[in-house]
Amino acid sequence: MSVETIEILGSEGVQRALTRIAHEILEKNSGVDDLLLIGIRTGGAYLATQLQQKISEIEGASVSMGIIDVTMYRDDLGSRNNLEVGQSYIRVPVTDKKVILVDDVLYTGRTIRAALEAVIALGRPQNIQLAILVDRGHRELPIRPDYIGRNIPTAQNEQIRVDFDDNNTAQAVHLLRS
Amino acid sequence: MPFNPKHILSIKSLTAEEINFILNTADSFKEINTRQIKKVPTLRGKTIVNLFFEASTRTRTSFEIAGKRLSADTVNISASSSSVVKGETLEDTAQNIEAMHPDIIVMRHSASGACDYLAERLNCSVINAGDGTHEHPSQALLDAFTIRQHKGEIKGLTVTIAGDIAHSRVVRSNIYCLNKLGAKVKIAGPRTMLPPGLEKLGCEVHHNLKDAITDADCIMMLRIQRERQGKTLIPSLREYSRFFGLNDNNLQLAKDDAIVLHPGPMNRGVEISSSVADGKQNVILDQVENGVAVRMALLYLVAGGEKLQDS
Amino acid sequence: MKILIKNGRMIDPANQIDAIQDILVENGIITSVAAAINTEAEDIIDASGLLITPGLVDIHTHLRDPGQEYKEDIISGTRAAAAGGITSLACMPNTSPVNDSLAITKYIIAKAKEEGSANVFPIACISKGMKGEVLAEMGELKEGGCVGFSDDGVPVSNGELMRRAFEYADTFAMPIISHAEDLSLVGTGCMNEGSVATELGLKGIPWVAEDAATAREIMLAEFTGGRLHVCHVSTKGSVDLVRQGKARGVRVSCEATPHHFTLTDEAVRGYNTNAKMNPPLRSQEDVDAIHAGLADGTIDAIATDHAPHHYDEKNVEFAAAMNGIIGLESLLPLSLKLVEDGVVNMNQVISLLTDRPARIIGIDRGTLSVGAVADITLIDPQLEWEFALEGLHSKSKNTPFSGWKMKGAAVRTLLAGKTVFERSL
Repeated sequence: MSVETIEILGSEGVQRALTRIAHEILEKNSGVDDLLLIGIRTGGAYLATQLQQKISEIEGASVSMGIIDVTMYRDDLGSRNNLEVGQSYIRVPVTDKKVILVDDVLYTGRTIRAALEAVIALGRPQNIQLAILVDRGHRELPIRPDYIGRNIPTAQNEQIRVDFDDNNTAQAVHLLRS
Repeated sequence: MPFNPKHILSIKSLTAEEINFILNTADSFKEINTRQIKKVPTLRGKTIVNLFFEASTRTRTSFEIAGKRLSADTVNISASSSSVVKGETLEDTAQNIEAMHPDIIVMRHSASGACDYLAERLNCSVINAGDGTHEHPSQALLDAFTIRQHKGEIKGLTVTIAGDIAHSRVVRSNIYCLNKLGAKVKIAGPRTMLPPGLEKLGCEVHHNLKDAITDADCIMMLRIQRERQGKTLIPSLREYSRFFGLNDNNLQLAKDDAIVLHPGPMNRGVEISSSVADGKQNVILDQVENGVAVRMALLYLVAGGEKLQDS
Repeated sequence: MKILIKNGRMIDPANQIDAIQDILVENGIITSVAAAINTEAEDIIDASGLLITPGLVDIHTHLRDPGQEYKEDIISGTRAAAAGGITSLACMPNTSPVNDSLAITKYIIAKAKEEGSANVFPIACISKGMKGEVLAEMGELKEGGCVGFSDDGVPVSNGELMRRAFEYADTFAMPIISHAEDLSLVGTGCMNEGSVATELGLKGIPWVAEDAATAREIMLAEFTGGRLHVCHVSTKGSVDLVRQGKARGVRVSCEATPHHFTLTDEAVRGYNTNAKMNPPLRSQEDVDAIHAGLADGTIDAIATDHAPHHYDEKNVEFAAAMNGIIGLESLLPLSLKLVEDGVVNMNQVISLLTDRPARIIGIDRGTLSVGAVADITLIDPQLEWEFALEGLHSKSKNTPFSGWKMKGAAVRTLLAGKTVFERSL
């Protein structure tokens, strides 16, 4: 079966989208006070690191960041065969923070639902916002992102792949059609 | 690597890759135990029965906490309150429990092979929490986890295990586990407590504790199980302690950064002196702490995947 | 009633015959053996390609009757024997109640005579109640038809009692049949002590438990001049002890079971309770020593130690399972395998199954002499078949040989000229 690969965003496109998201986050939250970026393993964690850098470049102030693995909160334990569960690193308390959840692709919304539960299990944030590099549609839950890099309407048989280089910097977004 | 075992019955049947996968999974679960709210919804709606035909506060509590932190419903059944005393067979007891549809039975039994026996006859998953003098896989895994935590890597280490080897389920699992992970295992004890053919399991056998602990990286002292043995294996606890007890003096023979493990419960002054038990080299409470994370990992891996839908 | 068996290879070790011979049976007695018998007969059996042997003699069985008929009884046990080519068997006294009295002995003999498919020769207890305290009434038990004395399964530990047992039994020219085991060395052991037991975490039974007891029995036999038969030797040491005893002129004989010369303790892996018996399956070295003992004549007989147990008694944790396996219907093929494997020749193995065991218990069977009772087994040594539990005649199915591919089987068994078993082919 042949797979057709179409580039949606190149390296520059990805960087521009992330820069814009960084600006939007700062604008909406009036700066970095109480901000906490939480990247969802693994792609979201890489993107959160980049957003953290961009925000500190723009604002000249550092923002806290954490990584979360949502495997333990998923609702499909019984049907998955890959049971690998990663570690979460969130060094600061989430209570009263403005949490920005970061992920690479938003699809059914089930991962975000798990992430919301995972964050709330750690404390009571002021609010939780959602930053996404690519929204491909097909939501199964009432979840809406606050910051979107790119909307890409897709068919069910298509996939979105975000490529990272060896430094975990996002390089491109591809649409795979089989 | 896909690894979702139906049962966890022995270390012997696991590969090094699978053991490492379990330990890595445990790493991820460990963090939960330090949270303010120590609970994740992973096994919500799963029922775990801790079926203990032998008293064991430590292992049973550890499995119970592990299950509860994963949001499973855990039920404890101990021999004294079960129908065993009424003459019911193991198979009947187990089938009665299975009729209530648990997802996992965690079992401790005094007969070697009892967990294999049960696993062959039931549809639900079985985790061996110690069968007779055969295996005790979760203990060996938490020992390996603790060693890894302190030593970084298990490969190339020398681990000495001393005590009543013949009556220990822990030792067989540990020999297999440590061997598979690349450690060298030395066994020490009086000849009355060393069963024949021990070397074939993959260890060096010593009758002199000092020889066995010289240059060791890890020393594991086993409990002298007074309730298990007849009166013929050792003349007295006093003499045992003198020749096979770990104390400040002989501990110096091991490497300076050697760690001391004990599966518990300890007999202070018998196999381990109080000064060593409370000393800076002991990691005994780490073992207990890690036990919960390792058992969470086992429950998670056994409960996950497609197999439960099949049955 | 005349039966003529023609064209078979007759093996009668007692008379050192191994030749194509015809046999004429009249009214249950062998009346003629010759190269070609041409006479009228009601039943003419063509035994071409078959062995004609004396009916097999198994001197160690447990028929469980009286008292444990849910495991086996005299009817089912002798039917299984007939299917295995066995026409005479000796049954151990550990029934319920134990056979330490004329009443039990007479019950067994009468029931076997009326309803059995094989000759049954009871072995009575050495001690009353099998308690190891007081001698059983050996004289009267002999009169009643017992062929030997044994506290099988509960060996007499008291040396003085055993000494007197040898002396007293010898008064009546009877053998002491010993399950030689030092119970203090057995303890709670449940399989052979060795690396397999260590790996499985099961308490071992060391070989010295058997050897030490065998040595004592041989010395007591030597000291008293009594006659000793050692049951189911399973260790290299006991084979050696018997060999040395015989060389010194001690009146000692011994038997080996098919499971002890076929399997090792590796069979226990997986906690297979059908590989649990006493004495336990031992090491390959022990199996080799038993083979050597069978080959050089040290071992006098092959016996089954047929020990039926109910499914529920085996379907438990290994340590809790009962000891023993059934053996009547696997005796012949496993013994013939010794020939196939080059351990012994055909004449040796038939002798180990017929005249030699008959001599140990002093019965006039196990031979095809003219004038003998016509207990005859026709064997197809080439027949290949699967040992399937469904086809067994025993009430119990506790065997480690389920599903084995066997070669050689009894195709027809005659008890005093009467066909008690015929294999459907």
